[in-house]
Amino acid sequence: MCAFEIVAREDFSPVTYLLEVRHPLMAKAARAGQFVIVMETEHGERIPLTIADFNRERGTITLVIQAVGKTTKEMQRNCRVGTTLYAMVGPMGVPSPVPHVKKVLVVGGGLGVAPSFPQARAFQEAGAYVIGVIGFRTKDLVFWDDRFRAECDEVIVCTDDGSVGVKGTVAEGIRLAIEKHPDIDECVAIGPPIMMKGCADATRPHGIRTMVSLNPLMVDGTGMCGGCRVKIGDEIKFACVDGPDFDGHKVDFDDLMARLKRFTAEERMALEHWNDTCRLMKQADAMAAPAKGDEQELY
Amino acid sequence: MAAKKKTIRTIPQERTPMREQDPQERARNFSEVACGYSVEDALREADRCLQCADEPCVRGCPVGIDIPAFIQKIAEKHYHGAYDIITDTNLLPSICGRVCPQENQCEGVCTVGDTLEPVAIGRLERFVGDLAIQESWANIPYIEPSGYKVGIVGAGPAGMACAADMAKAGCEVTVYEAFHQPGGVLKYGIPDFRLPNDVIDAEIDKLKRLGIKFECNTLVGRLFTIEQMVTEMGYHAVFIGTGAGYPSFMGIPGESLNGVLSANELLTRCNLMRARDFPNFDTPLKPGRHVAVIGAGNTAMDALRVSLRLGAESVHCIYRRSRKEAPARIEEIHHAEQEGVDFNWLSSPVEILGDDNKCVRGLRCVKMELGEPDESGRRRPVVVPGSEFEFVADMVVFAIGTNANPILGQTAKLKLNKWGYIATDENLATSIAGVYAGGDIVTGAATVIEAMGAGRRAARSMKAYLGLRDSESVYDAAAAGTRFGIPGSEHGFARVRLA
Ligand SMILES: Cc1cc2nc3c(=O)[nH]c(=O)nc-3n(C[C@H](O)[C@H](O)[C@H](O)COP(=O)(O)OP(=O)(O)OC[C@H]3O[C@@H](n4cnc5c(N)ncnc54)[C@H](O)[C@@H]3O)c2cc1C
Ligand SMILES: Cc1cc2nc3c(=O)[nH]c(=O)nc-3n(C[C@H](O)[C@H](O)[C@H](O)COP(=O)(O)OP(=O)(O)OC[C@H]3O[C@@H](n4cnc5c(N)ncnc54)[C@H](O)[C@@H]3O)c2cc1C
Ligand code: SF4
Ligand code: SF4
Ligand code: FES
Repeated sequence: MCAFEIVAREDFSPVTYLLEVRHPLMAKAARAGQFVIVMETEHGERIPLTIADFNRERGTITLVIQAVGKTTKEMQRNCRVGTTLYAMVGPMGVPSPVPHVKKVLVVGGGLGVAPSFPQARAFQEAGAYVIGVIGFRTKDLVFWDDRFRAECDEVIVCTDDGSVGVKGTVAEGIRLAIEKHPDIDECVAIGPPIMMKGCADATRPHGIRTMVSLNPLMVDGTGMCGGCRVKIGDEIKFACVDGPDFDGHKVDFDDLMARLKRFTAEERMALEHWNDTCRLMKQADAMAAPAKGDEQELY
Repeated sequence: MAAKKKTIRTIPQERTPMREQDPQERARNFSEVACGYSVEDALREADRCLQCADEPCVRGCPVGIDIPAFIQKIAEKHYHGAYDIITDTNLLPSICGRVCPQENQCEGVCTVGDTLEPVAIGRLERFVGDLAIQESWANIPYIEPSGYKVGIVGAGPAGMACAADMAKAGCEVTVYEAFHQPGGVLKYGIPDFRLPNDVIDAEIDKLKRLGIKFECNTLVGRLFTIEQMVTEMGYHAVFIGTGAGYPSFMGIPGESLNGVLSANELLTRCNLMRARDFPNFDTPLKPGRHVAVIGAGNTAMDALRVSLRLGAESVHCIYRRSRKEAPARIEEIHHAEQEGVDFNWLSSPVEILGDDNKCVRGLRCVKMELGEPDESGRRRPVVVPGSEFEFVADMVVFAIGTNANPILGQTAKLKLNKWGYIATDENLATSIAGVYAGGDIVTGAATVIEAMGAGRRAARSMKAYLGLRDSESVYDAAAAGTRFGIPGSEHGFARVRLA
């Protein structure tokens, strides 16, 4: 279990990309709702990423990543097919429960569309009627709508600006779905905290149980540091071993959002430091090999 | 050998001091605090041992090292011989010599300690261990393959000790570790200034030379289960040494404020993930300027001293009992005092105060006094009414203990005790046949040497279970001479068993 080779990559937008990583054992063990922790290099940070898909025949797992800070941007630049990750451990977390329900709403917001896909598939396999609601800022950012169509009985696409599908956030999509199907008995929502909060608010009046997947900052992912603790009702839980799925109607999202800002200043510093290093490297490259014009666009 | 009988009056009266970095200077760096004994220091201290016939010290050591014998070897300047004796029972002398709470173990019962300061057994052990690393000594025994496969879960002291014994008994041993590096608490918890990483790596290297395979990045329970190890994966026996983990908080208001964290998180970020070298290493850690650490165990001392080294201006230790009851090693408390930690004995936090940005701005505490003794025999602290006080803090660290790690309990049909730790019988067998467990995951947070002792005890049971002879029967401890032209101490060679 040493080299974690990247066997495929796809870029969905200037900031979202997909990596397919070889790990046959993990492909066998992974279930919907679980995540991995990745270190790109020996000096890197351990970052949690949801298992967006797994392929048992190919022995691979798929990660869909949004470049938001130093590590995810560096990975966007360096992780090409044939390169390897320094470390990848998982599958972590409790697999999402797939209760036997008749009608389920699977909601993915932005990047959350990717991790909600295996959930939709798991419910489909369990024989439920699956309604997918996926939301993006605008048309150009839409991805995996085809995959959702293949696994869901109905799909509602929402965009903030209305450039495709329903105009509005996924909360609007949820409203439409509930209007049409008053008998929905379960909802799963994955995306940024603010979006999951919106989903929980949208389903609460209808009493539809809503599971959300929380993404607090993590270090080990094995229940040892407590950095990932979240407030669920009156209780404190560690998202990495007690979750990451929790009852959205009980989650204290404000607490989660405040705790995600713990290292804002350091994150900015890391990014600036990295940008500076890249600039220097680029200058050095340019001086050493002035003719290598075609590779410049990599940066 | 025929030295005349020593008495308490004839031995050097003063315990040989160990050279230490100056407190002012070391409080700002991560280099090791205690510099170790020189040969002269070691010889002088070895001379203080009375070679007691009843060997109380041996019984004080959880693994029963033959202490007078190894000290005698030092006195004879036969250092390799001393190493052979220690490694008969303890594989990691450089580590135990540094981190054992000797005052409660071997040194606590040393006869010399009745009148004078006890013999510095730990320091002598460290001296031998460090010399072995420096000289690349490794006692690689003659290993006869037994055909058995053994899986170890967790690369902490318990797992490593068990792995070594099983490898010596000829088993093909694989150690699975969730982190990207082996070592357990030794690596992620105990900081470099107390136990340098090169020391751990050197000791782990020796284990690799025994043929033990380390598979990091493997979360057992999730990637595969314990049951799968014994069925599909073909392990004839499995040992679980996954440690305690799951840090406790107190449940007082303000615990989710930014700036409140567990000592495990602080130490892992700083030690294993090297946040202290941020941004050259990517893991961030917002260093506190005014730090309060709650608790007074080894973990708390490490958190306090790490905070100082990260540049804090003030560092407070908050503990509800008095110094006498503090569970940390005496040496650590002493070092922390020298370095400028402000100890608030007999006080307990009641609320963490926050600002508008949900960050910590202070801590409110109450004074305590000691009342009647409780079940543990320690006097129970009770609140002094009206004694509240506050101080400024921008980081609050909890070091008040840990609970059982839930992953294996969640994923295997292992019987757990009422606190969630793995239940075992007196042979350390769990409820699954062929699966054994030991260390913090069985006892709750304890010590490095106790965890190693448990690993070895489990190994003995596993060998009995597999019908293997104990490793000692093939381990040729005394062979230091030349055999077939190969000196016994030559590293990289298997020591040949005498017929
Ligand atoms: C269980 C779990 C699953 C996740 N799955 C995915 C996934 O499938 N794809 C993906 O792209 N990201 C996922 N994340 C978030 C991902 O871990 C972070 O985006 C990543 O750690 C950021 O690292 P960075 O160094 O690039 O950015 P940083 O410099 O650390 O942060 C840049 C910005 O991102 C925000 N951020 C940092 N960490 C997180 C976080 N954990 N969640 C949300 N925002 C964060 C920061 O507040 C900051 O604004 C997941 C997180 C968790 C806990
Ligand atoms: C900060 C600190 C300072 C300490 N100082 C001292 C001291 O000075 N002296 C002393 O004697 N004791 C000290 N202790 C206590 C001592 O370190 C522990 O008692 C000892 O390390 C326990 O050993 P262990 O092998 O049981 O577990 P650990 O050392 O905790 O090792 C367990 C290992 O298992 C891994 N693991 C966990 N779950 C899984 C899984 N599911 N799959 C794979 N791997 C897994 C973990 O990542 C870890 O590496 C200290 C502890 C701490 C936290
Ligand atoms: S292992 Fe620990 S208790 Fe045993 S002799 Fe060495 S220092 Fe003392
Ligand atoms: S008790 Fe002390 S003096 Fe006696 S043998 Fe042990 S170390 Fe030496
Ligand atoms: S990430 Fe450390 S306990 Fe969850």
